Amino acid sequence: MDIFRLPRKDVITLALFSIVVLTMPIWLAPLGAAYPGLMQQFAIFAIFAVGFNILFGLTGYLSFGHAAFLGVGSYTAVWSFKLLTMDAIPALIFAIIMSGVFALAIGFVSLRRSGIYFSILTLAFAQMSYNLAYSVLTPITNGETALQLTSQDPRIIDMMFRDRLAGLPSPSLLGTSLGGYGGFYLCAAILLVVFFIAQKIFTSPFGMQLRAIKSNQTRMSYTGFNTRPYTLAAFVISGMYAGLAGGLLAVTDPLAGAERMQWTASGEVVLMTILGGVGTLLGPVIGAWLIKYMENIFSAFNARILADLFSWLPDGVQDGVVLVSSKFVGEGWKLTEGLVFVLVVVFLPGGIMEGTRRIKSLFGARRANRSASKEQLSTTAAE
Amino acid sequence: MKTPENVVLHVADVHKNFGGLHALADIDLQVEEGKTHAIIGPNGAGKSTLLNVVIGRLAPTSGAVVFDGQVLTGKKPHEINQLGVSRVFQTPEIFTDLSVLQNVMTPAFAKRDGAFKVNIFRPLDDEKAVREEAEATLEDVGLIDRRAVGAGSLSRGDKRRLELAMCLIQKPRLLLLDEPTAGMSRHDTNTTIELLKKIKSRGMTKVIIEHDMHVVFSLADKISVLAGGRIIAEGLPADVRGNPRVQEAYLGGAH
Repeated sequence: MDIFRLPRKDVITLALFSIVVLTMPIWLAPLGAAYPGLMQQFAIFAIFAVGFNILFGLTGYLSFGHAAFLGVGSYTAVWSFKLLTMDAIPALIFAIIMSGVFALAIGFVSLRRSGIYFSILTLAFAQMSYNLAYSVLTPITNGETALQLTSQDPRIIDMMFRDRLAGLPSPSLLGTSLGGYGGFYLCAAILLVVFFIAQKIFTSPFGMQLRAIKSNQTRMSYTGFNTRPYTLAAFVISGMYAGLAGGLLAVTDPLAGAERMQWTASGEVVLMTILGGVGTLLGPVIGAWLIKYMENIFSAFNARILADLFSWLPDGVQDGVVLVSSKFVGEGWKLTEGLVFVLVVVFLPGGIMEGTRRIKSLFGARRANRSASKEQLSTTAAE
Repeated sequence: MKTPENVVLHVADVHKNFGGLHALADIDLQVEEGKTHAIIGPNGAGKSTLLNVVIGRLAPTSGAVVFDGQVLTGKKPHEINQLGVSRVFQTPEIFTDLSVLQNVMTPAFAKRDGAFKVNIFRPLDDEKAVREEAEATLEDVGLIDRRAVGAGSLSRGDKRRLELAMCLIQKPRLLLLDEPTAGMSRHDTNTTIELLKKIKSRGMTKVIIEHDMHVVFSLADKISVLAGGRIIAEGLPADVRGNPRVQEAYLGGAH
C-alpha cells in the first residue's frame, strides 16, 4: 500500500528513531533526566518542533506565532475534559481540529504576505490571542488563574457510566490512568506516528513542491501551481501539530494557561528548529530535546553541584572556575542557551544536523563517493 | 475581434501605458499554430512588456490576449500555464535548491495533477513514470549527466537549458522564449539553436524574443519588428531583412 511506503533510508531512520524514543527512560538516566514529567516534555516539544519545521523547513515561511496553536490545543483539550470525558482520545482529536480551524483562519490572512511581513502578521495574531485569553475571553480561558478542572465539571459522557467521585479525576486512555510513565508512552507513541507522517510529507511530491515554493515561488506559479493553497496546507498541518502538542500538554497536566501562547513560546520553537537544523527531519527533535534539557537540568545546577564537579582542580582555581561557570547555569541558563544558539548560527548555519553531516563526511568521504552515483533523487528527508 | 482558425495566439489591439509612457500601442499580433514567431526590435521597443502582457504578469491598459479561444487577460500565471502556455525567462527562473532531476519533475506534476493537489501517499521515489519522462527530457537538452547535482551549481548556459527542459516536459501548446541565448557563448548559442530546431519539428508553437539576428534568422518562420511600442513591420524573414524601415529602426538604434 502506498500509504505506508517510505524510501528505505527513511524506514531505517524511523526504526532507529523509535528505539531512541522508546528507550528514553534508559539512556536518559545517566544524564539525570529520566523522570516521566521531563520525558513527556521531550516528546511533546519534539512534536511541536517537527510540525513547525513542516512549515518553516519546507516552505521557508517563518511563523512567529505558532504558540497560539499550542495554546488553542491546550484549552480545547481541557474543555473536552471538563465537558465530555477525561479520556485523552476525544481531547486530542478536538485539540487537533480546533487548532486546524484557527490555523486556517490565521494562515489565510497571514499568507497574503511573505518574508518579514508574514512573520510579523503571525506574531500579531499570536499576541492578540494571548491578550484576548487574558482579557475578553476570560469566561473561556479563566484568565490569569488558568483553565483547570473542578469537581463540579459536567463531564457528560463520563457521568453516563459512573458516579461522580470525590476529588479531581485525572486524564485516562480507554480506562487506563495516564500518570507518569503511561503519559510518557502515550506521548512517545504519538511522536512516532507524527514523525512518520512528517517523513511521508518530506519524501512525497507534495514535500518537493513545498521545497520548490521556498526555492522560487515565481517559477512555481509560471509552472502551473497555485502556490497559495500549498502554503496554506503546510500552515494548517503545522498548526495541527502544534495543537496536538498543546493537547498533550493538557493530557499530561490538565490545566491551560495563557502564557503558553506568549511570543517567547513561539520564539522557543524557532530556536529549537534552527538549533537542530531547519528542513531536516531529526534536527527539530534534537533541538527540542537540547533546549528542554538545558531548561530543566542546567537551570537546576547550583554552586554546590559545580563545586563537586570541579573538585579535582586546585583550591584557588576551583573557586574561580565555579564562580565563572555558575553564571552560566541555574538562573543563568538562558545565557548558555543564547551562546549555544549564536555559536550554532555563526559556525553551523544548518544546525546540529549540519555538524553531524560534516563529521560523517570527514569519516566517510570515500564511501560517499561510491554511493553518490546511486543517489539521484537527493531527498534530504532521511536525515 | 475575429481570430482566424489556425491562429493559436492572438494579441488583439493591445495598449499598455506606464503613466504617460506608451510602452505598447496598437499591437495586433497573430501567431499561427506550429510556427515559430520571432519578435525583434531595439532595446526599449517594448518586447519584454509584450511578453509580460501575454503571460499575465502585466495587465494591458486596453485590448486582450486570446489563446486558443480563451481570453488570457486577467488570468493568473498558473491558470495561463494550465491552459498550455510555458515561458522561458530572460534570467533563468529555476529551483536552485532542488536537484536538476527534481527541477524537471516538478512541472510534470503540475501537468499531471493540476494547480493544486496534496500528493503525500506515494513517495517521490515511486513516481517512476514522471521520473522516466524527466530523464528523457534531460537527455533531450543534454543535461542527463548532471541530473543529481543541485540546480544552483549549474553554469548559466546549463541553467537556461534546464529551464527549457522544465517547459518542454509540460508539452505546452505555446512556448514563450525571452532571449533564450542572451549571455551565452557562440558554442552554447549554436547548441540551443539546434535544440530549438529539434523541438520545432514536434509542432510546438513558439514566440521568441531575441536580439541575436543569427538566432532569429535560423529559427523564425515569421518576424514582427517592434519599435517605439509599435509593430513597424511583419513578414517572412527574407522580407523583413530587406525592409528599409526595419534597418533604420533597428540598425540606426542601439545596435
